[in-house]
Amino acid sequence: MIIAFGQFLEVLVSGLLAGVLYSLVALGFVLIFKASGVFNFAQGAMVLLAGLALVRSLDFLVANGLPFWAAIIAALLFAALIMAITAFLVERFVLGPLINQDGLTLFMSTIGVTFIIEGGAQMLFGSDVYPLRLFPSDAWFLFEGSFPGGLLVSKIDVWGGMIAAVLVVGLAVFFQQTKTGRALRAVADDHAAAQSVGISLNWIWFIVWLVAGLVALVAATVWGTKLGVQFSIVFLALKALPVLIIGGFTSVPGAIVGGLIVGAGEKLAEAYLGPFIGGGIEYWFAYVLALVVLMARPQGLFGERIIERI
Amino acid sequence: MRKLTLALGALAVAATASTGPAVAQTNEQFLPALVYRTGPYAPNGIPFANGVADYWTLLNERDGGINGVKIVFEECETGYATDKGVECYERLKGKGPTGAGYFSPLSTGITFALTDKVPGDKIPLLTMGYGRSESRDGAVFPWNFIAVGSYWTAADVAIQHIAKEVGGFDKLKDKKISLVYHDSPYGKEPIAALEARAKLNGFTFKAIPVTHPGVEQKSQWLSIRQDRPDYVLLWGWGVMNSTSIKEAAAVGYPRDKVIGVWWSGAEPDVTPAGDQSAGYKALMLQHGPGKFAVHADLEKFLVSKGKSVSKEDFAQVLYNRGLINSMIGTEAVRTAMKKYGNKPMTGEQVRWGFENLNLTAARIKELGFEGMLQPLRFSCEDHQGADVARVQQWDGKAWKTVSDYYKADDKILAPLVKEHAAKYATEKKITARDCSKES
Repeated sequence: MIIAFGQFLEVLVSGLLAGVLYSLVALGFVLIFKASGVFNFAQGAMVLLAGLALVRSLDFLVANGLPFWAAIIAALLFAALIMAITAFLVERFVLGPLINQDGLTLFMSTIGVTFIIEGGAQMLFGSDVYPLRLFPSDAWFLFEGSFPGGLLVSKIDVWGGMIAAVLVVGLAVFFQQTKTGRALRAVADDHAAAQSVGISLNWIWFIVWLVAGLVALVAATVWGTKLGVQFSIVFLALKALPVLIIGGFTSVPGAIVGGLIVGAGEKLAEAYLGPFIGGGIEYWFAYVLALVVLMARPQGLFGERIIERI
Repeated sequence: MRKLTLALGALAVAATASTGPAVAQTNEQFLPALVYRTGPYAPNGIPFANGVADYWTLLNERDGGINGVKIVFEECETGYATDKGVECYERLKGKGPTGAGYFSPLSTGITFALTDKVPGDKIPLLTMGYGRSESRDGAVFPWNFIAVGSYWTAADVAIQHIAKEVGGFDKLKDKKISLVYHDSPYGKEPIAALEARAKLNGFTFKAIPVTHPGVEQKSQWLSIRQDRPDYVLLWGWGVMNSTSIKEAAAVGYPRDKVIGVWWSGAEPDVTPAGDQSAGYKALMLQHGPGKFAVHADLEKFLVSKGKSVSKEDFAQVLYNRGLINSMIGTEAVRTAMKKYGNKPMTGEQVRWGFENLNLTAARIKELGFEGMLQPLRFSCEDHQGADVARVQQWDGKAWKTVSDYYKADDKILAPLVKEHAAKYATEKKITARDCSKES
């Protein structure tokens, strides 16, 4: 009984922590959707690009004799620069020309951006698995006196959780307390109205893509340490989708809560339901959870309910 | 930037190769290459593709081709996706003066899809160390050549090695062996052989699937932490392998009790996990990394002249496997030429070449592959040609061979091959060839 309870707790905790890591990716989606109404399918590819720029420059600088701490700072700055350039190019050549177009058109354009970023990133920085060791990747074994073998808690997941917490607070302050943050919200509400009061749409879109790029860079540091920086990171975008459906596309706290539900739900399902139906179910089980939420609350748990009067 | 240069170089090579047939150079043998240089499996796909390309280029540079027939080749990017693989096959099968000589898809999923197509197009499939295990039965699968070993060979050898480590087959009774596998046709292939072994040797077998691409395995390894199997077999590909090793380390499962298949035993599988990989074992598709006689020629004719597409992966495990794959394929073409003359071969002629290929130890030495490959001989009945494998261990810096050759137990595998091949023949309404009547 104790062993079974210990196992349940272990799966639950690891699921919750994994969920926070999904939230890191989902936050990038929320930011862009909140500020521009664009569902940015390229967020997963942006995590890949940020991660590759970081790890490849870090490896280069360390190989050329720079101290590790200095190399990390320089590599982070380089990766941030790459994300800024990406934000500029996306705004200048993709979104800028599509101002006032239908949301579906903008969404389709981000699918195109996804493939361009994926291909360009691999061509520039390589297609291998590049190890990134910014955080400890071993585990704690807690409550060994209560449960045989203890409860396993992965250190990298805990780091991810702490980083996500800091990020959420930072973004909340940015949106609520800064002039740019308020301008972002104004643009999200109505492009034309925002323009009429002097807010530059092009500048705002650049800023929001830049912030989403920096969030992608943060996500890349954690996921890169966990998996190595490699192409599969783009699949995280598919993990973020059910998180967004559950948490709502416009809510930063929703992205966190959605992540926790998806992470815990899929891991528990894999551990307890999987053995009865052949296993390997966690990838699609997250979407089952999302569909259940969609049926009960289409705007997500924390999303804004939009009523359009005709 | 170096990668960019490499990519542009590869494109240039491919463009040069593909424009050849357009100017009607009829004395050319067209060989297609289904590759994945991008996507989640690229870290493993690139070194193999480089080995394949370098060996073909070596034959052109050193020997002027195969018996004077120049090789032209074209790469097509599949991304390890079955639909793209079939698309590439359709695009390339008719190229060159005689069409494609043979295909090597480096994907069990693509192999499954093409197995139904190649009899109609009369093009052989060379699936070295992967694909349908029952395709060893040449009477039912005349167009498939699962050279060197199948997943059933691998599964059997892995159990033999475990038996040796625990002190004999009788000690396997009451042991627990789990299989962590890529949830795809590839990952599922060894299950039949492992179940047969479990029944025979009395161990408890549990199969644990991991969904593509394999970056999320926490639940699976937490379950292993609870079950505490005596050994874990790993049937992963690409990033799944290094993730498995990292998760094994995270849950404290000893790495020297994890044995990967030969597609989980290359440098890209262990280096991303750093020190956590030390002790991990994997099967060898006979060969390992390192330089042999053929590498001296590669260095002389390609590397020193900047004509090799390989860089860091030169002489690594998967690069060497690409070399062997191309060597077996081109030797089949050469064998076909003995019968049909020194001219470009059709797929049908190359199939004859495969079926009559006899790579003796002397010939392997002459080709520069001594130490990489044991003698290999196909026949009408046997499209595998060899059934031995070894085990290697990663010491934290390099792969070390830790076993002698094991020969797969045909008392177990041969009936399995017959049973599954017969089932396939019934499903597809195939009449098996009578090999006693084949010349």
